[in-house]
Amino acid sequence: MTSAPDLAIVGAGPAGLAAAIEGARLGLAVALYDEQPEPGGQIFRAAESVAAGKGAPLAAFGADYAEGPQLVARFRASPAAAGYMPRTTIWLLDRQRTLGHVQDGKARMLRPKRVLIATGAQERPVPLPGWTTPGVMTVGAAQGLMKSAGQVPEPPFALCGSGPLLYQFAAQLVAAGERRFTVLDTTPKGRWARALPFLPGALRDTDLLLKGLGLMQKVRMAGVPVLRHVRDVAVHGNGRVEHVTFRHGNHLGELPVQLLLLHQGVVPNVSLSLSVPLRHVWDAAQRCFRPALDAWGNSDVAGIAVAGDGGGIGGWQAATAQGELAALEAAHALGRIERAERDRQAAPIRARLKTALAARGLIDTLYAPPPLAALADATIVCRCEEVTAGQVRAAIAMGDTNPNAVKSRTRAGMGPCQGRMCGLTVSELVAHARGLPPDAAGTYRLRPPIKPLPVAVLADLDTSAVEEEEDAT
Amino acid sequence: MFRTLRPAAQAEAVTITYEGRPLSVPQGISIAAALLGAGEMVCKSMPTSGADRAPYCLMGACFDCQVLVDEQPTPVQACLTPVRPGLAVRRVPRPTPVPEGVAHD
Amino acid sequence: MSMPPNSADAGTGSGTGSATGPDVIVIGGGLHGCSAAFHIASAGRKVLLLERDVIARHASSASAGGVRRLFRHPAEIPLTMASLELWHAMKDMLGDTGDFRPTGQLRVAETEEEMARLEARVKLTRSMGYDHEVLVDRKRMFEIAPALGPQCLGAIHVERDGYAFPYKSTLAFRNAAAKLGADIREGVGVRGIVRDGGRWKVDTNAGEFAAPVLVNAAGAWGARIAEMVGERVPLKALALMMMVSARMPHFLDPTVGTLGRQMSFKQMQSGAVVVGGGHRGTPDLDTGITQLDFRKLKTSADTIGGVFPIMRKAEIVRAWAGIEGCTPDDIPYIGPSRTHDGLYHSFGFCGHGFQLGPIVGSITAELITKGRTNLPIEPFRIDRFGPDPDAVSWEASRAA
Repeated sequence: MTSAPDLAIVGAGPAGLAAAIEGARLGLAVALYDEQPEPGGQIFRAAESVAAGKGAPLAAFGADYAEGPQLVARFRASPAAAGYMPRTTIWLLDRQRTLGHVQDGKARMLRPKRVLIATGAQERPVPLPGWTTPGVMTVGAAQGLMKSAGQVPEPPFALCGSGPLLYQFAAQLVAAGERRFTVLDTTPKGRWARALPFLPGALRDTDLLLKGLGLMQKVRMAGVPVLRHVRDVAVHGNGRVEHVTFRHGNHLGELPVQLLLLHQGVVPNVSLSLSVPLRHVWDAAQRCFRPALDAWGNSDVAGIAVAGDGGGIGGWQAATAQGELAALEAAHALGRIERAERDRQAAPIRARLKTALAARGLIDTLYAPPPLAALADATIVCRCEEVTAGQVRAAIAMGDTNPNAVKSRTRAGMGPCQGRMCGLTVSELVAHARGLPPDAAGTYRLRPPIKPLPVAVLADLDTSAVEEEEDAT
Repeated sequence: MFRTLRPAAQAEAVTITYEGRPLSVPQGISIAAALLGAGEMVCKSMPTSGADRAPYCLMGACFDCQVLVDEQPTPVQACLTPVRPGLAVRRVPRPTPVPEGVAHD
Repeated sequence: MSMPPNSADAGTGSGTGSATGPDVIVIGGGLHGCSAAFHIASAGRKVLLLERDVIARHASSASAGGVRRLFRHPAEIPLTMASLELWHAMKDMLGDTGDFRPTGQLRVAETEEEMARLEARVKLTRSMGYDHEVLVDRKRMFEIAPALGPQCLGAIHVERDGYAFPYKSTLAFRNAAAKLGADIREGVGVRGIVRDGGRWKVDTNAGEFAAPVLVNAAGAWGARIAEMVGERVPLKALALMMMVSARMPHFLDPTVGTLGRQMSFKQMQSGAVVVGGGHRGTPDLDTGITQLDFRKLKTSADTIGGVFPIMRKAEIVRAWAGIEGCTPDDIPYIGPSRTHDGLYHSFGFCGHGFQLGPIVGSITAELITKGRTNLPIEPFRIDRFGPDPDAVSWEASRAA
C-alpha cells in the first residue's frame, strides 16, 4: 500500500479483525498489521490451519475457538483483506501517528489518518524462584504450540497458576487425549466467597460461567490430579527443569517435571500504547495499567484509538464489539458517516459489549494475582537483564523514586523485551515500597523501537510515505 | 519435550540445523516449535550470568527465544520466524564482557 | 571539602515566612540543581529543591554522560578543568562515584581537512596554557580504539576524561544533598515567583514556598523561570536524540566522537553502545514529552558503520531524547541575576553541561555564601544578549 491508509490497525486478533471488517464495510481503506503468519490473534491462533485439519483437531479447542475460523473467514471475504500484512512487526508509533513497521527485514514509515491499537493481551508475568529455567513456559505458550504446530507437551509436566486459561488448556489437553499431567491451582482459599458479590453480574452471562465450571469438571473427571490452593511454588533444576516444589495444605509437595507451564491471567499488552505515549491509568480491579479511553476507544492523542484486551481485559467477544465501535468512530471522524448514524449503528454493538463484560468482576476477583510483597529478594524480576526483586528493592532504598529511575540504575527493563516481562512488577514494587498507589509510582517510559531494529535495517528505512504526506500538507 | 498430534496428517518435513546438527522438522511451523518438538530448547546464553535460556512466552513478548539464523549478525525471535529448508540455527552466545574499566577511587 | 554538621529541622519547607523555612530554594532537580543543592547544603545552608517531574528526568538522564574536557568552548575551559578534578574526587566528596569511568575521550578526524582542524584546535588550547588535549597519530589512535574504521587518520585524545552514568551521578548528588539535610521534592512544579520584602515567594502545585535566595537550575525551563521575575533571555528547547544498541562484545574503551559526522560512541559497562548524533527530535515543554524523528536516526544508522564497522552488526534497542535548553552562543547562563538580589542562574547548558555539573553547583554555592568565585564566569552572564531576547540573532551569536 503506497498511499496512507484511512485506518491502520495493529494486531489481527478479534478486535483488529472486527475493526478491519467493519472499517472496510464503512468504506475506509484499511491496513492490518500482525506479527503472526495467520490472522486470529492469540485466542484464535492458527484458526484457519486448524480448521483445515493441519494441526490438532478443531474439536479439542472447544466451542469458543470454533468461532475463530468464522471470524477469519469473514475477514478474508472482506475488502479489508487486501490491506492485511502478516509477519509484520510494528516498532514505532508516535503522537503524529507516524507508524513504523518491518516485514522481511524491510522497515517502512507511514502516517495513516487513524491508528487503532489492537495488540491484545499478554500473560501476566508472575516471578517465582527458578522461572527463567529452560522448561518453564507459559500455559499460553503451550496452547499456542498446540494451535499452531499441533504439538502437546510430553509428560511429565504440570500446569501451574490461576485463571480461566489454566482449566481451558487442561481441558483441551484432555480432549486431545493427554491426561498424564498435574494441575497446581494457586487460587487462594476464600476467593469464591470474595467473588460471590459479583455473581449477579456474571449471571447475565451464565453461558460463560457454566463454561468455566464445566471445564474444571471435565479435567477432574478425566483423572487429572488437581491440587488446589497451592502456594510457594519454586522451580529446580540444573540448566533445565527437573522438579517443582510447592506447599499444599500442610504438605511440602514435590513433582518431577520436564516442563512447567505457568499462568496467572492476562494483562493488556501496552508496549505500543506506552511508547506513544498515550495516557495510562491503573486498573485496580485487574491490577494492571491500561490506556485511558473514551467510549469509542479514543485515547488522549488525536487519531489514535485502542480496542480489545490492549485497552483493558474483556475477552474476545468484548474485543470484537470494541473493534467495531472504533471503526464506526473512525468512519465518523473521517467524514464517512454522520454522528447520528454512528450512534445508531453503535447501539446494538454496545448491548453486546455490555453482555460480554458482565462476568469480568467475577473473574477479576476470583483470579486476582498474588500480592508482590511476598516476592523473595533472590527471585529474578527482569528476565532479560536478570535483575532480582532484591536489587529492585535496594535501588528504591538508594533513592530511586519511580520505575524509570530503577530502570536506569539496575538495567531492569533495558533488555530486548523492554519491560514487557518486568514492567508491572517493578511498578508494583516501587508503589509498595513507597506506600503509593501504582499509578502514582508510574510505569516505564517505553522507547521506540519497541522491538530491536538492526542498524542495517534502520539505515535502509523507507521514509518516502511520510515525506509525501508532509509535502502534501 | 513436545510431541506432534496426528503425525500422519503432518505436512512434509524440512531439514534445518541446530548448532550444526541436522533436524527433520515439519514445514510451516516456527523455529521455536521445531526446536521444542525435536527436544531442543536452549536458544541463548544470557549476557549477565551466562545461563541458558529457552522459549518462554511463544508470542513474541519475552525475547528468550532469540536465536541466530544463517549468517545474519542480529538475532531473530524463534517463535515468530518460520522454518525453511536448510536454515542454520545457532544459539546466541554470551557477548564478551566489557572489562570493569579503569578503577576509580 | 569540609562537611558541616547536618542542619537541624530541615525539610519543613512549606509556609511563607516560616522561621524554619529554607535559606535557599533550588528550582530544578537535574544534575545542576542537585549539585547546587549539595554544595549549598555543604556550606551549612538549608536547601529546598523543587522538581516538577522526577530527579534527572530530562537532560540529566537522557544525556550521553560524557565527562569531557575535549573540544570545549574557550570560555568553558577553566570550568571544565576544575570540574574534572571534582569528578575524580566524587567518591570522597559524595561517598559515591556516580559511576564515573575515566576511560578517556577521543575526537577523530576522517579527512585531511578535519585533521588540520584538530591540529589548529590543539594549537589554540596550548596557546591558552592548557595541555589536556593531545594530538595522536593514526597508529596511536588505533591502539586506543582499534575498532575504528580504516579511513580514520588521527585524533585528539584526552586522558582522565571519560563518562559517567548520568542518572547515577545525579542521584549521587541528590542523595549527598539529602544527607546534609536538603529537602528534595519531586512533582512540584513552579507556577509563579514574586519578590516580597527580601524573600522569594514561589507558588507551586504543592503550595507556596519562600526563601531569601533562589537558584534557577531549571534547564530547558530556565528561561520560563527567569521570565517569571522579569528577566527575559533567549533559550531554545532542544530534544537531543540518542540511540542505544543491544549488548555487544567488548570493542571500545574511550568515548569516541567524530569531527565530521558529529557522532559520539560509548560502550557502556553492560556492553551496550550509546550513540549520540546531535540529531534533534521535537520537545514539548508543557508535557515534557519528546518526539523522535527516525528519518534523522536513519541517517545516523547509515553512517555509524563507517566509523565503527562492527556497529553494522548491532541492533538498536531504544532511542530517546531529553529536553535541554540552548543559548544563542552555545554556552550556558551561570551566575547572579542582573535584575534582582538573591537570584542565581545555572541553566541553558546547550547539551554539554553534564561534565560541568559538579563545578557549577560549587560556583553557585560560592556566589551565595561568599558573594564571589575565583573562576571566570563573566562570559556566562545572564544579560549578555541585552533585554530583548526576540531581537537576538542566533546565527550571529554562534558565529562570534
